[in-house]
This record gives sequence, C-alpha cells and structure tokens, in this order.
Amino acid sequence: MLRNDIAITPELVAEHGLKPDEYQRILDLIGREPTLTELGIFSAMWNEHCSYKSSKKWLRKLPTKGTRVLIGPGENAGVVDIGDGQAVVFKMESHNHPSYIEPYQGATTGVGGILRDVFTMGARPIAAMNALRFGEPTHPKTHHIVSGVVAGVGGYGNSFGVPTVGGEVNFHKRYNGNCLVNAFAAGLLKSDEIFLSEAKGVGMPVVYLGSKTGRDGIHGASMASAEFDDNSAEKRPTVQVGDPFSEKLLLEASLELMASGAVIAIQDMGAAGLTCSAVEMGAKGNLGLELNLDAVPTREPGMTAYEMMLSESQERMLMVLHPHLEEQAEAIFRKWGLDFAIVGETTDTLRFVVKHHGDVMADLPIKDLGDQAPEYDRPWVEPKKQPVLDPAATRAPDDYRQALLDLLGSPNLSSRRWVWEQYDHLIQGNTVQRPGGDAAVVRVERPNGGKAKGLGFTCDVTPRYVEADPYEGGKQAIAESWRNLNAVGALPIAVTDNLNFGNPERPEIMGQFVKALEGLGDACRALDMPIVSGNVSLYNETNGVAILPTPAIGAVGLMDDVTRTVGVAFTHDEDVVVLIGDTAGWMGQSSYLSELFGIEEGAPPPVDLAVEKKNGDFVREAVIAGRVTAAHDLSDGGLLVALAEMAMAGKKGARILLPEIDVALHAFLFGEDQARYVVTASAAEASKLIVDAAMAGVPATAIGAVGGDALVIGDHLNVAVTDLSDRHESWFPGYMSGV
Amino acid sequence: MKSAVLVFPGINRERDMARAFEVVTGVKPVMVWHTETELPEGIDVVAVPGGFSYGDYLRCGAIAARSPIIDAVKRHAERGGYVLGVCNGFQIVTEIGLLPGALMRNASLKFVCKEVHLRVDDPTTAFTSAYTAGQVIRCPIAHGEGNYYADPETLARLEGEGRVVFRYCDELGRTTEAADPNGSLNHIAGIVNERGNVLGMMPHPENLIEALQGGTDGRGLFESLAKVA
Repeated sequence: MLRNDIAITPELVAEHGLKPDEYQRILDLIGREPTLTELGIFSAMWNEHCSYKSSKKWLRKLPTKGTRVLIGPGENAGVVDIGDGQAVVFKMESHNHPSYIEPYQGATTGVGGILRDVFTMGARPIAAMNALRFGEPTHPKTHHIVSGVVAGVGGYGNSFGVPTVGGEVNFHKRYNGNCLVNAFAAGLLKSDEIFLSEAKGVGMPVVYLGSKTGRDGIHGASMASAEFDDNSAEKRPTVQVGDPFSEKLLLEASLELMASGAVIAIQDMGAAGLTCSAVEMGAKGNLGLELNLDAVPTREPGMTAYEMMLSESQERMLMVLHPHLEEQAEAIFRKWGLDFAIVGETTDTLRFVVKHHGDVMADLPIKDLGDQAPEYDRPWVEPKKQPVLDPAATRAPDDYRQALLDLLGSPNLSSRRWVWEQYDHLIQGNTVQRPGGDAAVVRVERPNGGKAKGLGFTCDVTPRYVEADPYEGGKQAIAESWRNLNAVGALPIAVTDNLNFGNPERPEIMGQFVKALEGLGDACRALDMPIVSGNVSLYNETNGVAILPTPAIGAVGLMDDVTRTVGVAFTHDEDVVVLIGDTAGWMGQSSYLSELFGIEEGAPPPVDLAVEKKNGDFVREAVIAGRVTAAHDLSDGGLLVALAEMAMAGKKGARILLPEIDVALHAFLFGEDQARYVVTASAAEASKLIVDAAMAGVPATAIGAVGGDALVIGDHLNVAVTDLSDRHESWFPGYMSGV
Repeated sequence: MKSAVLVFPGINRERDMARAFEVVTGVKPVMVWHTETELPEGIDVVAVPGGFSYGDYLRCGAIAARSPIIDAVKRHAERGGYVLGVCNGFQIVTEIGLLPGALMRNASLKFVCKEVHLRVDDPTTAFTSAYTAGQVIRCPIAHGEGNYYADPETLARLEGEGRVVFRYCDELGRTTEAADPNGSLNHIAGIVNERGNVLGMMPHPENLIEALQGGTDGRGLFESLAKVA
C-alpha cells in the first residue's frame, strides 16, 4: 500500500502533471511539503480539465447573461427560463481522451456525466445529443472507434431513458489520433426549484450517495489534460466504466430526495470525484469540510485515501442534507437500492480535512484549492488569413448529377441514419421533430395544461472553417445553430459550448482559441444567445498533430406552440421553392471542394451577423405563422445538397429554374454563403412571402416548384429522388459492414 | 377501466405507458412498485412497460420476473385479467412463463429505434378489436433484443391457434426479410396466450397516440382495452 508520508520527489510531482513552478506554489500556499494524498488532491484540482487555467482569461469575455438566464457558467449546468415557472437546464461536455482509448466506455461515461450534471440541478433529463468527430474512414482505428462510440452513446442513453434526438458526426484526418465525443443533455425543472452545490450551515451532514467507489478512473482528469502519444493505450485503466442502470436509479432517488426537502446542496462526482465535489461544495459556501473515508462505500477492501480521493467511479453524488431529514433521505436511497453513507460534515474552519483510519491524510485550505489554482495568460499568435478564392477559378464538375451523388454519398454528407437508429429518440413520447432534420423539437407541457410549448435542440460547428479562420469560424458555429433553430420555428435562447482544441502551450493553438472565442462571443451577442454553460477540452493532440479547432455548440430554442413547426421535407406538389438570402458562390473551404477534390483551401464564408439576424427572424416568423410548408438551412454542400435533402426527406422531386445569376453555376449550386435558407410555400403564399421579404430587406427568390419524382435543375441535372436516397443512405452502413 | 403500470428498477417507459392509458381512456393508471405483493383492488389491465429492468444485466426480464409483485400478476392473469407486456415487458412476461418463447438479440446485433409497419393478424383479441384484419399500422420500436424465438412445435401451435397478433411487414402488409427489424421467426412482433388475455409485443404503441408524435396508429390498442374492461 502507498504510504501517505513518502517524500515528494520532482519525479512524483511531474507524474501528477504539475509543473515545478506549480509545485512551488503549493509549497508557498501550505508552508510545508504536502502528503501524497494532498499532492493528489492538488493535481486533481489544478489540472487543465478542472481548473481551466489556460482558458479562464478568455472565457470571462464571453456573453453569459441575458433576461432569460437564471444560472450561467460555474454550476453543474446552465439554467434558462422558458416561462410558466419552468426552466431548461443544459450543458455539453467532452469525453475525448477516454473515448479514443476505450470507445464504448469512454462514450458511455461521457453521456452519464452530462446527464448527472443536469439532474444534479434538480431537472429530469428530456433530451440528449452527441457531437462526434472521428479520423478519416480509411484510418485503421476509425471503424473500431465509430462502432464503439455509437454503441456506447446508445447503450447508456437508451437504458437511462433519455431520447437522443440529434447530433453531428464528422470524419477528418486531423482526428485520426484524437476523436471527439461531446455529449449534450438538457433537462426540465421548475424555475424556483433549482438545486446548487453551495453548502450552507456548519455541522451539517455530508452524505455520499449512489454507486460504490472503486479504483477506476484514477487520474482521469489528468489524462484529459495531457497530449497523447503512441503509448496512450497504456492509459486504459484510467477510463471509467459506465453503469446506466445505477444512473437511472440515482436519477429517480435524487429527484425523490430533492422533492422531500432534505437537500441543502448537491454535487455530482465527475472529474476528480470525491475531491472536486467536496471542495466545490465547501468553497462555494465559505465553509470547511471534513471527510471520514472509513465511511465511504468501497468496491474492494484496502483502498487508500489517495485512491478514494482520486477515483472517478461513476454514478456517485455528494449532498449536504438537513440533519433532521437524514433518516427519511436514507429510506429513499435504500428503496432504490443505492448506497447512502454519512461521510463527513461541514465545518467553520475553511479547511478541507480528510481522515482515514483515525489519521489525518490531508488538511488543506479549502478556498485556495480552487481560487489559487494557477491561471495563465498563454502567449498566442494571430492566425494567418487565407486568401479568398475566386469562385470562377475553382473547378466545375464534369457532370452535375455525378457530383451531387458523390457528395451525398460522401462520408461527411451521407445520411447518419445508421447512427441515430441506434439511439432511442422516441422515448418519453415528446419527440416532435426527429433526428435527420435541422434541429430536433421536443414537446414541453405547461404545468397547468394549455397548448404545449416546444424546445428545439441543435449541435453545430464547421471545424474546417474554424481552422481556416478561427474568428469567422467561431461566428459561423453560432450562426448555423441560430439558423437550424429558426428553420424549425424555435426562437434561439441560449447555447452551451464545448471548446475542443490542441495544446494551449503552443502559441498558434492558443491563437485559434482566442480568436474562435472572440467569434463565438460576437455572434452570441448579435443574435442574443448567451453562453450559459460549457466545457473546455485542450491538449487534443497526438504526436504533435492537433485536431481541427472544434468549438462545438449546443443550442436551445423555445417555441410557444410546439405544433407550429415544419421539417425539411418537401410536402406538397406545386409548392413554390423559395431561396432566402444572397448567393455569391463562396467556394473557400466548401464541402464541394473538400469532399470531391480533397481541396481545403481559401477563406471560409464570412458571416454577416446583421444579415443572419434579419433573415433568421423572417424565416422563423414565417414558420410560426404557418406560412411555409418546409424550411431548411443551407450549410455543407450549399443549395443543391439542401434541395436534395428536402427531396429525399419528402420522397418528392422538384423542378428548379435557375434565376439570372452572375455567379459561376457550380458556385451558385455548391457555394456555402451564410444566412441562407430554402423554404417552400403554396403558390399564393409564396408570392406574398416574397413581397414581405422585400419589405423586410430579406432577399427571397422563387427558384422552382415541388413535384415529380426527380430533382431537376434546368438542363444541368435530372436525377431520380430514389437514386439520391440510395447513394445517401448507403455510405454509412456500407462502411460499417466493411463493404 | 382501471389499469396498473408495474415499475421495476431500470424500467424507463412507464411514464409513456401511463400517459397513453390516460390520454386514450381518460383514466390515469396506478403505478405499482415491484416490491408490492398485491395489485390494487379492481384492476382490469396490468401493463408491464418497456425499459431495462435491472439494467438487462442478466437476461432481459429475468430478474424482474422474480420480483415480489409477479405472483400477483400471475394470479391476475389466471383470473382472466388482462396483461399487456411491451418491449422489456414482453421479455418479462415470457420470463414469467405467461407467454411462450424468448426474445433474443436482434439479428443485426444492434439496438434499433425506428418506425416500422405491423400487420394486425388477429383483430378479435381484447387488445386489437379497434383494428381490422390485415390492417397495416405504423408503430415505433426501440430495442436491442426483440428477435422472437420459439421451438418449432410451439411456433406451429402459435400459428395454428392464430395467436400471432402483430407481424412486422412493409407498408403494403407484405412480410419480408427487409421489413423485419430484428430477425424474429415468422416476423412475429406480438403474440397472445391461449386464453387471449395476455399480450406481449416488442413495438411501442404507447409512443404513437398523438398527431404530434407523428401519428395515432397506436391508439387502437388502448381503445380496444377500454371497450372490454
């Protein structure tokens, strides 16, 4: 067994991921050499994952306030008012490193962690999404990782009982050595029944709930704060194992306990487990906290204080309870078959004291563990600007039909049905817009009856844009989520961000981070979408190769009447197809160039936030007013891919007559100019819509009519909708079955 | 009609089931915790809902089938009371022995959630009288182990006695391999016992009862029960 009083050597410090100057800071803070357990506690609190030491400075600049925001960043999840005394709680979090090492368990515990963040606040989870990014399909590890991650996401969410309603899946060689698994969850609660982690009162019992503590996940958070190399597979023992059954019990027991009035404060044990949760509860409440590890339920005998404090065993919670309701609380947990143990109490000493077998294993100043964590202003360099491509100078396809089929059948634009059919997206019976469209829509019943509201959910970011221009790419991630919500008739109200980047100690990576956040911030301010929660994942590098900068956005929109929504599918023959927004034929960083020709060049499309606002408001209002029969935002693959997606979804064709354009045809059809949508409406409504758009200063052009069983673009393209679907649906299953 | 919905640890579609009974029949079911040993007085229908009872960690439904409440469910069925087992509930009901056969891992080896078509092969049961013979309905599925299996003799008996109530089919009612989402023998999606008072089915009619959910084809099952009980 490891002794607590062994000498702390420089090697031991380095093994704990602490830099020499960080260790010196510890010595200065506590005025003596730390014990082994104390060193472990510091390493858990001060790693990048828990302390945000490289990112804090920049995160502070993000807009986090708004009239609807009840709780912003800093708690387990953000809380946003949706009226009627109800609030939506949501957050997105990464589980990248564990998922690469052990795809199934990495993904399950990612999903489990984010669900726990949401129900820790007192909310019942109502929706989940997943933004997944994998290496190129031909890379030897990709197939295995996709298969494990998708099964893991489903395995946990399906069993837990939350509908997984949306997400993203991308492939790119820059994720070859470092996949991204970003899990989003949202829950619903009463806005006056929010539970927080701040402990209150001295001498209150600190209670341990849920599963037992084992030796899994020790140093998980530290792993998430380091780069990978060829020996990373050796870190497999640091990956935790998920148990959705226990989590479901923990959910029901926690909500029942909260309803009983016994809970003063609650914190889930996520990264750095018992350490992080206990310190956070005490520090937030300006209280000390004393833990007695002899009382901690353990999976195996002989666990040391060090191991217990650093274990990341899943499905555990820490609570501070009202002493007189202890018995009642214990009965609830016993009913659900979960462990319940009083493991400590709050004190007025502002010390974090850990005792084991009667010995003091750690005695540290509780506030300093969090507040005095190092904070860095890391050097950064301005990212290099890419040239703007002349659309006419880019390569035109030899055959438009073939080009469209190849795009729809490409790894990045093909149907994700293979993925989302493995996720239960219908459980709870509230899924109104299912996966496969722009945004998912989930019904929310009003507490006192009446017409049901809705919440829209979407996940977005275009990493190749962010790579080429972090600032514009950052803006675009927010703009696309804005569009996706508008297209289903949901008013975008807030976002959560999951900032995945490489090694922040490299100035060019830090430059990406700084500029992307500036873009996110500007877009959030312009579109009134405050960032209420989030997570930063740095050091996403393997052997010195960083991932594409990937600030994944999870956005939430509100609908006053959930029935006022449309999907992407063409619905009625003779409906007029209307293109909203201006098309200049922006080819830089287009899917067309990257998927068909392997060219990732040029500046990405710029985002004019004022235009996004105007066009988006117009489309959303048209959807809510019931004026349009379908709406779809234009993104990867541009106009032609959007039209094809609408045709495939509706199993109906369209005849498109190109307007007079002074843009090269292929740039018009495949360009990725922003702030654009395609909507359909009856002929009579479409004419009125176009007039109203002109009045509102929104470009709107009738470009054709729905009907027939082929997508026809003038004389350039005529392709049966079934042919489109066959190609679109075949890539993923084919790849996964090895065909 | 009075209904009860059983709740085992790990069950997760009990709210969906309760809502369907309430929306369609107007009466809220009683939720019954697995450690109870008696059903509430005067219950007509016992619903065993979907989910992952005990995490499906042993064999799906095997642990739930040994819960304290199960004896009361058996007695209820023996008295002629109705039992509806959906998804994990179907698995539990087969584990109890109220229905023959077993649900194995899907032929694809993957969990699958999607809408399928079902053909109503027996509209004379208490569960299906609101449907017509051969009617094709839409219904969601969400399971990893819905691949129905029974030995040849049992299967022949089920078919001979016309106890296959729902079969997976395409939109035109044709039972094809492609329309079968899990590889079930004879494309079986739902069966009844000899007496016709116990129905087990993998699909989730409770998730398709309102236009908002994309359709109302699942209502018929609850309407049928409301008529007889």
